[in-house]
Amino acid sequence: MNHSKIALKLFFFFTILLGVAYPLAVTGLAQALFRDPANGSRITVNGKTIGSRLIAQKFEKPGYFWPRPSAIDYQPLPSAGSNLSVASIALQKLVNERRERLIQAHGSQAGEPPQDLLFASASGMDPEISVAATRYQIRRVAEARGIEIAQVEAVVDQVAQPRQWGVFGEPTVNVLELNQRLDQVSTR
Amino acid sequence: MNGFDVFQLLLFVVAVVAITPILGEFMAQVFEGRKTRLHAVLGGLERVTYRVSGIDPNQEMGWKDYSIALLVFNAIGIIFVIAVQMIQASLPLNPGGLPNVSWHSALNTAVSFVTNTNWQGYSGEVTMSYFTQMVALTVQNFLSAATGIAVAVALMRGLARRSSGTIGNFWVDLIRCSVYLLLPLSLIFALILVSQGVVQTFAPAMSVLTMEGASQTIPLGPAASQVAIKMLGTNGGGFFNANAAHPFENPTALSNFLQMVSIFAIGAGLTYTYGTIARARKHGWILFGVMMVLFITLTSLSLVSEYSSNPILGMSALMEGKETRFGVMNSVLFSSVTTSASCGAVNAMHSSLSPLSGGIAMLNMMLGEIVIGGVGAGFYGMMLFVLLTVFISGLMVGRTPEYQGKKVEAREMMLVILAVIAPCATILLGTAIAAIAPAGLAGLASKGPHGFSEILYAFTSAAANNGSAFAGLSANTPFYNLMLSVAMIVGRFAIIVPILAVAGGLAAKKVSPPSSGTFQVDTSIFAALLIAVILIVGALTFLPALSLGPVIEHLMMIRGQAF
Repeated sequence: MNHSKIALKLFFFFTILLGVAYPLAVTGLAQALFRDPANGSRITVNGKTIGSRLIAQKFEKPGYFWPRPSAIDYQPLPSAGSNLSVASIALQKLVNERRERLIQAHGSQAGEPPQDLLFASASGMDPEISVAATRYQIRRVAEARGIEIAQVEAVVDQVAQPRQWGVFGEPTVNVLELNQRLDQVSTR
Repeated sequence: MNGFDVFQLLLFVVAVVAITPILGEFMAQVFEGRKTRLHAVLGGLERVTYRVSGIDPNQEMGWKDYSIALLVFNAIGIIFVIAVQMIQASLPLNPGGLPNVSWHSALNTAVSFVTNTNWQGYSGEVTMSYFTQMVALTVQNFLSAATGIAVAVALMRGLARRSSGTIGNFWVDLIRCSVYLLLPLSLIFALILVSQGVVQTFAPAMSVLTMEGASQTIPLGPAASQVAIKMLGTNGGGFFNANAAHPFENPTALSNFLQMVSIFAIGAGLTYTYGTIARARKHGWILFGVMMVLFITLTSLSLVSEYSSNPILGMSALMEGKETRFGVMNSVLFSSVTTSASCGAVNAMHSSLSPLSGGIAMLNMMLGEIVIGGVGAGFYGMMLFVLLTVFISGLMVGRTPEYQGKKVEAREMMLVILAVIAPCATILLGTAIAAIAPAGLAGLASKGPHGFSEILYAFTSAAANNGSAFAGLSANTPFYNLMLSVAMIVGRFAIIVPILAVAGGLAAKKVSPPSSGTFQVDTSIFAALLIAVILIVGALTFLPALSLGPVIEHLMMIRGQAF
């Protein structure tokens, strides 16, 4: 039938145009214009890639800032959130455990742990934490490194980002960048 | 909510309102075959496409012909996407060495992408090779969007034409939509996304030694080219499992804002396109207005729910399943946009929204994806309710209902009712079967009402061609892959074919001149009636089901009762 013949020819033409030519064109232009982000926003130290500034890494040592909890333990194959209901016993238990661990590490004088450190991110690799979550950890990091709080604060100020264009989203602090800069200032 | 949140919300609404006439007028030009500025650049591509495929662009089709062409073309898409997945291990561009996909998952994914649902039982980064993502899935992101828009335009023609036996040419609509609208917009949008951090490379996953000495494998791929069209075409299928929550798909607050606007852009613009094509501009704005009233109302309710206290955890505005760069407001707004618009991309895990916010996400889909809706699908879905409203209003005053000067008669109403009931019945029956079948219950991640919500959400999402999920559900099983495939097909084609039949029937009708008794459709009274009909149909059909899921969960939660 006439329709099937046209449909087949059109389908394969579109497959070449939209499935091959288009992604190749975007790749070519992206690699020419935005090389760094197109390849995963890598952070390189002494010629070695230590990660992507967009992908959270696991940090547990007291001398490093800690990222948000991850339902996939920071292994992005595949990425995922917990998908737990906010009315579930399972989440309640997890949050209580996280709170206890945070209070143990920071002391109760540091106050109630900020929300974003109690709850797992959507992707499992949220690269950023809130300003409050950063402040909360400053004393612990400074003490573990044996440096002044002001020194750590100075690094935080360099890394902290305001809302994008002053309007969009939330103020954030990138954890991997922060820890990498800290290592340049002092040994942990 | 602070001042910044309110400002961003307003900015979003303003952006959508501003883009509607611009894109709407452009689409009217494209589909009426008028010359646009892009014709100088892309006119050649349009002509080459006709020549290669052997299409005569001047040949018109009746509704049956149009439907057959559409169904044949979509059937080829399904077969091709299944085939590519099932042999991807032997195909190039598979640096991760991913194996062939199982037949039931391949079938589900093929149906899902062809029907513009983009429900994903699989996890992109560990299932699909770069070849499959590009050559099979990206292509369907374009073509399913173009198919939906073509049907909408055919319906517009049916309403605008008088005593005509034809409603356009499916191939021409499909090609013009892809060449002048989707391709250029996607190309530009993809590059903007890359500038923000969306990856676009053929390099294999990067393996790194983390600062604390662990090894981490970070998947890469040609993501930006797919993410751009997945948003513009309201497809919503993520390149990676976490979809638009993944930092490589939606890296910044700006990329997030642009993605939300792009989800609404074409669907909103089509209301204006209709106004132009049917020479009823005010009526077009009334339809847009109805959509926005419903959108703003439901989004506000969702925000109230999310910012209300959760007594179980003793906090409000929880960050579970949300990303820091977006915060709570942008996560809830995105959830509302994506479920209103039949997109299905998510920047937060809907399963971890407050119970009523999750319920509103479901309600958005249950209303038939007509609040902006999927590209094309939102428009023709809304027209079902417009015809229903006109019909009911006509009965109330005892006149033969008329719309755009055309009599709306028994044939039209039967087709409209069929198209309204088919997805509703599919959602409820599918949920009922899965809630009693052992194979359905085996996939649950949660107990109690949330478990029921996981099932209800899955069938709603599939039948409404949305694609988002309460993703705790393990849906990559033969049971769910097959059940949801059926739901997606019914939700798509059991609406498209009746709609085209309505378009053909209306095109053939004569136009009677408006009289003093003609029901005006460009008034706020009509808008109010339309909203009432939408809410009554949606609410009456689904309130019992919603009560068993999100509503009970909410009531238990506010009494401090976890499960």
